[in-house]
Amino acid sequence: MAIRFILLVNKQGQTRLAQYYEYLTLEERRALEGEIVRKCLARTEQQCSFVEHRNYKIVYRRYASLFFLVGVDNDEVCPSVLLNELAILEFIHLVVETMDRHFRNVCELDIMFHLETAHFMLEEMVMNGCIVETSKTNILTPIQLMDKAS
Amino acid sequence: MAGGSSSSSSSFSTAPAPSLVDSLFQRSLDDLIKALRSQPAGAEPSLLSRAVAEIRREIRSPDPDTKAVALQKLTYLSSLHGLDASWAAFHALELLPSPSPLHKRLAYVAASLSFHPSTTDVLPLSTHQLRKDLSPSSPPPFSSLALHLLSLSASPDLALHLAPDLLPLLSPRSSPSSPLRPKAAAAALRTLSVCPDVAPLLFKPLVDCLSSPDLRVVSAAVGAFAELASSGDPTPYLPLAPEFYRVLAESGSNWILIKLLKIFTRLAPLEPRLAARLVDPLCDLLRRSSAQSLVFECVRTVFSGLPDHDRAVRLAVDKVREFLASADDPNLRYLGLRALSMLGPRHSWAVEESREAVIRSLADPDPNIRREALHLIMVMVFDSNVVEISVLLVNYAMKSDPIFANELLDAVLTTCRRNVYELIVDFDWYVSLLGEMARNPHCTRGEEIERQIVDIGLRVRDARPELVRVARGLLIDPALLGNPFLCRILSAAAWVSGEYVEFSRNPLELVEALLQPRTSLLPPLVRAVYIQAVFKVLAFCFSTYIDQLEISQLSSLGNSTTGGASSIVESNTAAAASCIADGIAGMESTDGIATVGPLSENDEVEVHGRARNLLGLIHMLREILTWKTEEQGFIKDNRIGEIVNLLQSMFSEELGPVSVNAQNRVPVPEGLVLEENLADLAWTLTEDDTAPSMSISFSLRSHQHGKTKDAAASSVRSASLLAEHRKRHGLYYLPTEKDETESNDYPRANDPLLPASQGDVPEDLVKLTKQSLIPRKVKHTKPRPVVIKLDEGDGVSTFPSTTVKESKDDLLSGAIHDALLGEGKPSSSQKRYSDKSSRGRVKDIADTGESVSQSKENLESGNREHRSSGSKSKHRGHGKERHRSPQKNEEKEEKNHRNSARSSHHHERHKHRPRGEALLNVAPRAPVIQHFLL
Repeated sequence: MAIRFILLVNKQGQTRLAQYYEYLTLEERRALEGEIVRKCLARTEQQCSFVEHRNYKIVYRRYASLFFLVGVDNDEVCPSVLLNELAILEFIHLVVETMDRHFRNVCELDIMFHLETAHFMLEEMVMNGCIVETSKTNILTPIQLMDKAS
Repeated sequence: MAGGSSSSSSSFSTAPAPSLVDSLFQRSLDDLIKALRSQPAGAEPSLLSRAVAEIRREIRSPDPDTKAVALQKLTYLSSLHGLDASWAAFHALELLPSPSPLHKRLAYVAASLSFHPSTTDVLPLSTHQLRKDLSPSSPPPFSSLALHLLSLSASPDLALHLAPDLLPLLSPRSSPSSPLRPKAAAAALRTLSVCPDVAPLLFKPLVDCLSSPDLRVVSAAVGAFAELASSGDPTPYLPLAPEFYRVLAESGSNWILIKLLKIFTRLAPLEPRLAARLVDPLCDLLRRSSAQSLVFECVRTVFSGLPDHDRAVRLAVDKVREFLASADDPNLRYLGLRALSMLGPRHSWAVEESREAVIRSLADPDPNIRREALHLIMVMVFDSNVVEISVLLVNYAMKSDPIFANELLDAVLTTCRRNVYELIVDFDWYVSLLGEMARNPHCTRGEEIERQIVDIGLRVRDARPELVRVARGLLIDPALLGNPFLCRILSAAAWVSGEYVEFSRNPLELVEALLQPRTSLLPPLVRAVYIQAVFKVLAFCFSTYIDQLEISQLSSLGNSTTGGASSIVESNTAAAASCIADGIAGMESTDGIATVGPLSENDEVEVHGRARNLLGLIHMLREILTWKTEEQGFIKDNRIGEIVNLLQSMFSEELGPVSVNAQNRVPVPEGLVLEENLADLAWTLTEDDTAPSMSISFSLRSHQHGKTKDAAASSVRSASLLAEHRKRHGLYYLPTEKDETESNDYPRANDPLLPASQGDVPEDLVKLTKQSLIPRKVKHTKPRPVVIKLDEGDGVSTFPSTTVKESKDDLLSGAIHDALLGEGKPSSSQKRYSDKSSRGRVKDIADTGESVSQSKENLESGNREHRSSGSKSKHRGHGKERHRSPQKNEEKEEKNHRNSARSSHHHERHKHRPRGEALLNVAPRAPVIQHFLL
């Protein structure tokens, strides 16, 4: 039921950040990203934010030119252990707000040029696929400390 | 980000040839990104390969700065451009101990993005550094990095070695509000799941986290338990229920509540008293909470955990109706449908209440919502409403888009087929529904429909007349022949009308339909079926004709003594006989020979052979025609009777369904050695296998030469045939006359209908049905016909595989169960497990596979080892016992067992007991928690 991967993808379908919490080979990742992006980018605003793909359920949301996609297990046998879809949407929003606060109006380029920082933010929020931190201040404090130190 | 190196080297980013750039003037990551962005389309691969070559050079540099930047670039490329970075694992390890926080950070990010036990063989080398960074004396950010790497790439070995180092981070004494404690809890979860042996060590601290004043710690611990409980057997966590309940009552955080509800969803079905206690807080949350995510989670918990508590279900259903009614939020509509389908058929009243919303959702702009609605409707199908729902869906499939139309057809087909058509009472209706589906312009499910048409023909005797009627309708319509998706259905229709021709009202019409000119559009194998069907029909007509002649002969001889009985027979056969009289003559001159004639030259062997057969039959029939005029000759010629009998017996044997187990029942003939190795025969194959293929291709080629020559002639002929056919069967042709002579100018069978305007589709849909989804008793006007079912193996393939989710880490829940029970005692086993860290043991555990862990207290008295070897191995033994094993194995294991009685542990994991005994052991469920709860 934990988060399996987090992807940030731009409108053209290029991956801008990819964090996997389970092991996939590079080929599997590339194939998965391609399929998911094709599926999600084709959807309209009037359609819901949940897409099923293979054994994943993808919860996604679009912010300006960036798509934030979170993949969780899709358990058909026991749907109640699924991660709460609405909570994932809230989590995505939290990620965006956190990045926004750090980068001041975050855009695609910020994430490209500061990929590690973006990864650190996710590391602070998600550990082993579980959401461990939801306070923006708590997430950003260690990152700011590190930035100062380096 | 990249510090000084970025600014100093940026001026070199425009250097024409990067290969000339000295590694001293290294490109920074920023430069690389800029270069990638500014490069023209298509140049990326070459740029990437140059960059990787650069990195390979730089990463070996003794200078840590150069190495770090190279690693940073590689991480970027592997993460976003999918390049392989596994070769650099060692270089990442080299940087891990760096005193510079920047380098350490880079190294950890690189490692956590690319390391994995299955691919990274240098992983054990990181053990020491991780331990150092995890120690309380190192700065918290370092520990955080190490925890993250551990949580992403821990191997069982690494987990076993580093588990003790997690303890100080997990304990509340380290520092009251350390940001590391929640992370340590999450990392502990990973450690537990890769290496269940550390459960005795880590479980207690994890439980203590639940009572921490720091909400983050509680959240992480609850998250870990939610993960543990939902990924395996939840039974071992039942004793913690009071603790979870306390957190539920005290905590106000939605994040924590959602995770707690997940745990309770798993625990409630195990313990009825817990479920009863949950009703009040859940109803409270449902009423008060403004967070949709929490409300939805409550609904989910109620539906799957407490379906027996009507008050809670009532409230939750009301919430779901609100979800379904939210016009502006597709997410809520989707989740509402999702939630309803979790309610079993027992609560079909809930679906009935929101029937309109559900049916409307079939026309939702979002295909995912449509699919959910369809899924929900199909869950609610019973034998009482299957007719209404199927008709609704098949009708709606005519209007919807091609993809969804086929999903609708699929749903109907699979639901009705389920368990040898157990839902279907009126097969006449179902057969005509199949015919309707075939006429759907979007239908691409030909194979399934074909299978069912033939299957019903074989299994349900009473449905055959209707089947033949439906088949006739399909065969006679020339528009269907052009659709490649339908040819499978047509093949089934042809087979049915040939096999059960006795139910046909007008066999001759069938022959004409089967030989109509447009059959040339069919693939050869289907044509072969068509021709074979013609053969059967003709054979049938022939024998009927002879019979009729005989009867008329008799009746003319024996006056009219037979009276009523014979006249009925006569009237039945008279039609067929008179048909054949003028039919055969007509057929010979037109369709029959003309269509089949060229086929005998066809290069497809099946078509060729069968066409020849048919022609042979027709030649014989021609002779009979001459007999008709001189009836004396017929009566005298006894040969005719023999031929009739022969032909009749050819097809009179009824075909039945074949059991999937039929092969097993065939006794192996004596002297046949099935186990014999066929490898010795290999030489016969290798020598001969080229010759036949040569000859075949030869003959094919020569054939085609002949064909191309008279292609023009045959097209002219077919055009005239078509015109003739059209004249006679104007009913099935469009009225337009303009291109009558062009054979390929038919209206396509699959011309999509004009899409109905979006606005009125849902209304139409709702109007389509006034049916209810609730099962109710319907009086069936006719009894359900017999459906031939074979042995138990028959239905197997149609059952949905209801494999209960077997946890991959039953071992883990077992270990935790033991850890919980053994909490008080300073057990010796604990020490043993943390000490025994050999590689072999770990592998052993992984191998034990999918044993179902039913950790039970009652011990089997016969097994002394079970008693002596502590609770943990007890569990293992039981887990394995439930696994069925072949007899031979068991004997062997038993012998083994007696031989070496020393290491009890190993043996119990491989020992098997007869099944019955194991079942007896699954008796009492929850005595463990009695004193904990309530």
